[in-house]
Amino acid sequence: MSKSLETLNGIVQLDHGSGGRATQELVQKFFFQLLDNEYLLQRNDSALLPWAGGSMAMTTDSYVVDPIIFPGGDIGSLAVHGTVNDLAMQGARPLYLTAGFILEEGLSLEVLGHVVRSMAGAAREAQVMIVAGDTKVVPRGKADRLFINTAGVGVVPPGIQVGGQYARPGDSVLINGTIGDHGMAVLCKREGLAFDREILSDSAPLNDLVMRILDGCPRVRVLRDPTRGGVATALNEIARQSGVDIVVLEESLPIEADVAGACEVLGLDPLYVANEGKVLVFVPPEDEELVLNLMRNHPRARKGVKIGEVTQEGAGRVTLKTGIGGHRVIQMLHGEQLPRIC
Amino acid sequence: MKYLHEYRDSGLARSLLKALQKRDYGDRSLRLMEICGTHTVAMFRLGLRQLLPPSVQLISGPGCPVCVTAVDDVDRALWLAQQPGVIVTTFGDLMRVPGSCSSLAQEKSRGGAVRMVYASFDALQVARDNPHKEVVFLGIGFETTAPTVAAAMLQASREGIENFSVVSMHKLLPPAMKALLDGKGMDLHGFICPGHVSTVIGAAAYEEIVLQHAIPCVVTGFETLDLLQGLHLLVDQVLEGKARVINQYSRAVSWEGNPAAQKLLGRVFEPADAPWRGLGVIPGSGLKIRKEWQFLDAASRFAIPRMESREHEGCRCGEVLRGAMTPPQCGLFGKACNPETPVGPCMVSSEGTCGAYHQYHPED
Repeated sequence: MSKSLETLNGIVQLDHGSGGRATQELVQKFFFQLLDNEYLLQRNDSALLPWAGGSMAMTTDSYVVDPIIFPGGDIGSLAVHGTVNDLAMQGARPLYLTAGFILEEGLSLEVLGHVVRSMAGAAREAQVMIVAGDTKVVPRGKADRLFINTAGVGVVPPGIQVGGQYARPGDSVLINGTIGDHGMAVLCKREGLAFDREILSDSAPLNDLVMRILDGCPRVRVLRDPTRGGVATALNEIARQSGVDIVVLEESLPIEADVAGACEVLGLDPLYVANEGKVLVFVPPEDEELVLNLMRNHPRARKGVKIGEVTQEGAGRVTLKTGIGGHRVIQMLHGEQLPRIC
Repeated sequence: MKYLHEYRDSGLARSLLKALQKRDYGDRSLRLMEICGTHTVAMFRLGLRQLLPPSVQLISGPGCPVCVTAVDDVDRALWLAQQPGVIVTTFGDLMRVPGSCSSLAQEKSRGGAVRMVYASFDALQVARDNPHKEVVFLGIGFETTAPTVAAAMLQASREGIENFSVVSMHKLLPPAMKALLDGKGMDLHGFICPGHVSTVIGAAAYEEIVLQHAIPCVVTGFETLDLLQGLHLLVDQVLEGKARVINQYSRAVSWEGNPAAQKLLGRVFEPADAPWRGLGVIPGSGLKIRKEWQFLDAASRFAIPRMESREHEGCRCGEVLRGAMTPPQCGLFGKACNPETPVGPCMVSSEGTCGAYHQYHPED
């Protein structure tokens, strides 16, 4: 593992931020090894901490998306959604957020106002409060307009135990809607690509949906939002954490026609494109129908669908079955597919 | 974007596949080469290789422009990226290709002015935006991309943009196909001819190859049904002992090709001998910038020194590019050479044969 970091000549490259393998190596070698503690090493979207007889979830995230305003959202709403979702993926009810702003000299106050109003709206919708913050201004050229760092805490209701390490052979893998929307919305905006219709980001808070699912089916094993690195990377992480193999059915993957078209044109695989309002749900097979029904009754999961299943205990291999009956391995993202989408 | 589904009909695809599986091949073993990297990836993505009968073998050819770029050319690009006042612009694929001791991505991380662009006209925009810098575009690609580079050069000339120049590393596919057939021990029975390149050069471009070598050529599209129909058209010809050019991809490719693009190419470039990684220098297989456009040629604007380039020991990209071996047969594959730390160019590019094997079938 350390070998490839050394052969990269001892400097950080953009690959290290892709969310794929290089990121994992960097996190492993520096953060896990040097900051080593049992909570950090849970390796989930947020850490579960003992608290008042139950547990509390805590997370942090940074937002550097370019452009800062994109179809379907902006860096402010994205920061709230991303943080709320990281907490929800642990089965936690998000309560309080913080926000640190790094502003570049010259940023228009109108843009800042737009972003903060958007954060306020997103926080209201997700029923969380932004209770503390910090502001830093750096000289022109030392940041790109506006970066946001957040932290969030939430409480996990008793009896809930979800995490990437709990997938079991036989589990059904469900998703709440189409994949690749956020990444393609941002990319098309940034590159000035226009298709039949504007592609909208799916950026949305998932805590209410997750709460409904867990209330109806506490046996859910894994919840994971496939953000950077897309569905492919999220499934690989879960497969490894749980020591299982996963098969995905290509024909069942929900992809918006415009997103599929844009991916074709740009040579991208929607499986690796980021989502900001999607959740992968692993449930025991007997709960599949129940959870699909719960999902389809919620506005954030009308197109909820099964996309695959956990086949066996294994080395963490994710395979895709193609329409003609062939198969191919789905690996983690290596290299950078899309720069700065969150 | 409504034309994708029709060409991915899995019912129809399965019946085409079944027909291929049921044919009587006798004791023949058909070696069919897909030239184009996009075909290689499309076939891997479908999982097509393992579904074909054992008598039909797919061999990947040299049709990934990044992969066939000589180390020498990469080193020249690296030299340019190290010059003060120069911004090097390039398609993303070339960023990670290792030269003798660095790559453009590494130069960029060290502060070198290297910018990834999606089109040659984006590079021209970089030149407009940075009038006090020299902006060099690394022209890489086959007949498909070369006309867009020619168009950008003409535009630069019209606008009098003086700080823009191009390194032409463009390559032509038909001469490489001939070189492959002239080589020893190749034993190929048919070509799946590239779809995109053929939109420019036309299906007629393969007539000469068919005449000289009596090998069937089928210009093929990239969707599931395209690939399967293309294979049928090739297998039919081989088994019936015929050899002609068939254009399966007629919805995009005409017999004559795109005359406007060909005219652009001819106006700005002329054929020249060019070095291919793994294949050596192939006569008439490159495009150099014509004399009258020399002022846009980075090779004459900069005194680029002779490179003492060396390929990595043990790298077998050359043999992989000729279809003489498959990536897993290389000792470095998946070990010293992987997508994070690629040793050879075939592992870097998303359309490189090694990259495709590693991505989709790492254990085959």
